[in-house]
Amino acid sequence: MQRIGVFVCHCGTNIAGTVDVKRVVEAVKKEPGVVYAEDYQYMCSEAGQQKIADAVKNEHLTGIVICSCSPRMHEGTFRKAAEKAGLNPYLVEIANIREQCSWIHKDMEEGTEKAVILARAAIAKVMLNAPLQPGESRVVKRALVIGGGIAGIQTALDIADAGYEVDIVEKTPSIGGRMSQLDKTFPTLDCSSCILTPKMGEVNAHEKINIYTYSEVEKVSGFVGDFSVDIRKKARYVDMDKCTGCGLCQEKCPSRKTPNEFNRGLNTRPAIYTPFAQAVPNVPVIDTEACIKFKTGKCGVCSKVCAAGAIDYTQKDEIITREYGAIVVATGFDTINLDKFDEYYYNQSKDVITALELERLMNAAGPTGGNVVRLSNGEHPKNIVFIQCVGSRDVTCRGKSYCSKICCMYTAKQAMLLKDHYPDVDVHVFYIDVRTPGKNFDEFYRRAVEEYDVDYIKGQVGKVSEAENGRLLVQGVDLIDNRQIKMEADLVVLATAIEPNKDVRKIATMLTASIDNNNFLTEAHPKLRPVESPTAGIFLSGVCQGPKDIPETVAQAGAAAIKVVGLLAKDKLVTNPCTAQSNPLFCNGCSACEKVCPYGAISYEEQQVMDGGVRENRRVAVVNSALCQGCGACTVACPSGAMDLKGFSNRQILAEVDAICR
Amino acid sequence: MSIEAKNENKEFKPLIVAFCCNWCSYAGADLAGSSRLAYPADVKIIRVPCSCRVNPLFILRAFQKGADGVILCGCHPGDCHYSTGNYYARRRMTLLFSMLDYLGVENGRTRVEWVSAAEGVKFSQTMNEFVEKIYSLGENVRLEDLRCKKN
Amino acid sequence: MSADAKLAQQIREISGVDTRKCMKCGRCSASCPAYNEMDIRPHQFVSYVQNGNVEALMNSKSIWKCLSCFACVERCPRDVKPAKVIEAVRLSVIRQRGENFLSPDEIPALLDDETPQQLLASAYRKYRK
Repeated sequence: MQRIGVFVCHCGTNIAGTVDVKRVVEAVKKEPGVVYAEDYQYMCSEAGQQKIADAVKNEHLTGIVICSCSPRMHEGTFRKAAEKAGLNPYLVEIANIREQCSWIHKDMEEGTEKAVILARAAIAKVMLNAPLQPGESRVVKRALVIGGGIAGIQTALDIADAGYEVDIVEKTPSIGGRMSQLDKTFPTLDCSSCILTPKMGEVNAHEKINIYTYSEVEKVSGFVGDFSVDIRKKARYVDMDKCTGCGLCQEKCPSRKTPNEFNRGLNTRPAIYTPFAQAVPNVPVIDTEACIKFKTGKCGVCSKVCAAGAIDYTQKDEIITREYGAIVVATGFDTINLDKFDEYYYNQSKDVITALELERLMNAAGPTGGNVVRLSNGEHPKNIVFIQCVGSRDVTCRGKSYCSKICCMYTAKQAMLLKDHYPDVDVHVFYIDVRTPGKNFDEFYRRAVEEYDVDYIKGQVGKVSEAENGRLLVQGVDLIDNRQIKMEADLVVLATAIEPNKDVRKIATMLTASIDNNNFLTEAHPKLRPVESPTAGIFLSGVCQGPKDIPETVAQAGAAAIKVVGLLAKDKLVTNPCTAQSNPLFCNGCSACEKVCPYGAISYEEQQVMDGGVRENRRVAVVNSALCQGCGACTVACPSGAMDLKGFSNRQILAEVDAICR
Repeated sequence: MSIEAKNENKEFKPLIVAFCCNWCSYAGADLAGSSRLAYPADVKIIRVPCSCRVNPLFILRAFQKGADGVILCGCHPGDCHYSTGNYYARRRMTLLFSMLDYLGVENGRTRVEWVSAAEGVKFSQTMNEFVEKIYSLGENVRLEDLRCKKN
Repeated sequence: MSADAKLAQQIREISGVDTRKCMKCGRCSASCPAYNEMDIRPHQFVSYVQNGNVEALMNSKSIWKCLSCFACVERCPRDVKPAKVIEAVRLSVIRQRGENFLSPDEIPALLDDETPQQLLASAYRKYRK
């Protein structure tokens, strides 16, 4: 026989203002099964919780209903209170009479009536509640960081410094990411590699950090605290242990015509290569599509010149399976493809470049040794035009609706550096708005205008074409002076919009992490949980979550790391006991539930069942309660009614429907 | 208006059951509440973990017991907390609603709506519209089980 | 609603353009080949309508200078379609006055080898239909 206690909260006047709580108490007392009911000012207070505890003991309650605020607010509080009083916490139900009743209705009569009905539904449900025991799952004390740019590096360092093992998986042959391609950083103009290279070295040397470069995540299974990940370590064809990094193979390689990805295709690289001189690890890879040995079978120069005998043409891709407690996504960004922006003449002219390409041109280790030249004829440009918002803030199919955030600042930086190196150049910047929120950012931009005489033009460029003398013809508008400008330029630099790395959708799918229309990963809460994915155990670091500059990326990387550390510091995780379970007597082995389960929590096995006194071997569904997240998709898919969800069983929900429709 | 008609019409109060998924729509309803965005008291919300937990039987049962409208709210497509649950709900409800329409339960009485945790305004607007629609359709008599009514 | 606001509303309806979407980048005017012929420039058309100052647009010679090349429509990052606004103003003038800017007889004399076909096509668009 059930003995239910009902507690009605006033919540000050929040509830009592529109709900006659005394009448609710009287009404619920008449419900079958209810042996005790009372109201109180604040049920969630210490004293309120004591009232619950007292009633549980004195009245021998077998279930309680709290008529109060949303269960999202205080379900945990009341469950704990019940547990303290010796009642299973899952024998508590909440009737939400604040957010979904008193706060939205004005009429006392109407509010009270609805509150009674909501209380009845909760009573009907709690009558069928069963005590549930939350399970425990283990926490593997190791984290995986996907992406080896500054975001991934910083996250890995912070986690490792806290004492946990970290693996970094990086797709390219070296860690470093976009930051390693930059020349200088704003607003302090530090040399990018001077501040990044020591960090790369630190990661490489850290005893808790293990780096898988030239590797990709291939498969992810499991759940928070206990992920299992397959990492494909692509064949390098160079033995990492033997290679000394002397670089002779790269020098002698006869195949030298492949566009150099690191230099954004501005020059070429050999078939055996490291992306850049400070690469970590300093071990080259062989690009089999360019390698003459792989294409024709005849060459083998690298093997001949390698004194260490590190070249191994027979290497195969390797799959490494490892377990992790937490996964951090730090997959970064790329610039958008400019094929749809024909008016800027990017594909037609070598002298129209993206800002990232200009970074490579300005870099002393870049394809021109730091000389900014027109790639068409090698001459120094005299007149340089920057165009802002190329593809950013563009709601058409060509661009991205968001602001890429970093362009205003790097344009100011590049303009100033150009003026610094070549005082004779004229620099013009076409802009829509100059957005410089950030410490010392606006001062930085103003310096470009006031000290360096960079010509900022409020307006845009409509068309870039080739002038008869081989220079570029830029047609733009100055909205302040209300005039159309036609000027000849030697170099046009496009502040191209950034977008998340192309692989992020694939990775997010593997991780079941949500992703928005722009392929940025979604936060668990946009303000209060900005570095966590809604999927437990997945964390976000860097531009994969939204455009940001280096200081912000580093700050977010640290935040993600501390969240990871907070998770890994736990010995065990409490699992949600509201999981699905299948009744083997009803199960007909159809596999319908297995197909709809998003977590792969359902499997089939042969079981001996006793059906009407007959012993039979049947193929039946079994739910792995550690994997099950309790969505209930299987319960509806099951044609024989064998599958049910603990805590939200068919009978419980039907009882609620019945109570409401009475 | 004749006296009889008046009696017949005596204040039709519709009974509306709203199934809301725990992660998006129930939170959206909470937000509507904390933003004090009113919608009629005729709507009673039942919390389910995910829109895909809603068995068509629950909806049939509600109509059988005299509900005048049933609305199912879930996360926006692509945003399901369980990644794919709302897609199942969408497909199941498409079939169920067309069957209900065939049985005489007008399409206006059933609805699936995507409401995120941030869309308090949308939640209250949706409920207001839905209740208005049910008022215009009047009492549901097609699927109601008279035996249940005596209860 | 004032007469000005009404007129602006009418322009929005004819053109189907939501002028609020404009972020004032000026890419329309930057793209416009007839910019120097105009007294009021393409980007200003959008902002004039937004501010309810259609009268000035109707008296502007720009509406007859627009080539209807739609470069501004193509390049607008906010999908505002300034050329549609210009066309809507032109149509309103034609409707109100029942007048055409050009007489068909005058056209052959205005043509030369460099006149693009597009201009001919768009010139005919400027006629009362």
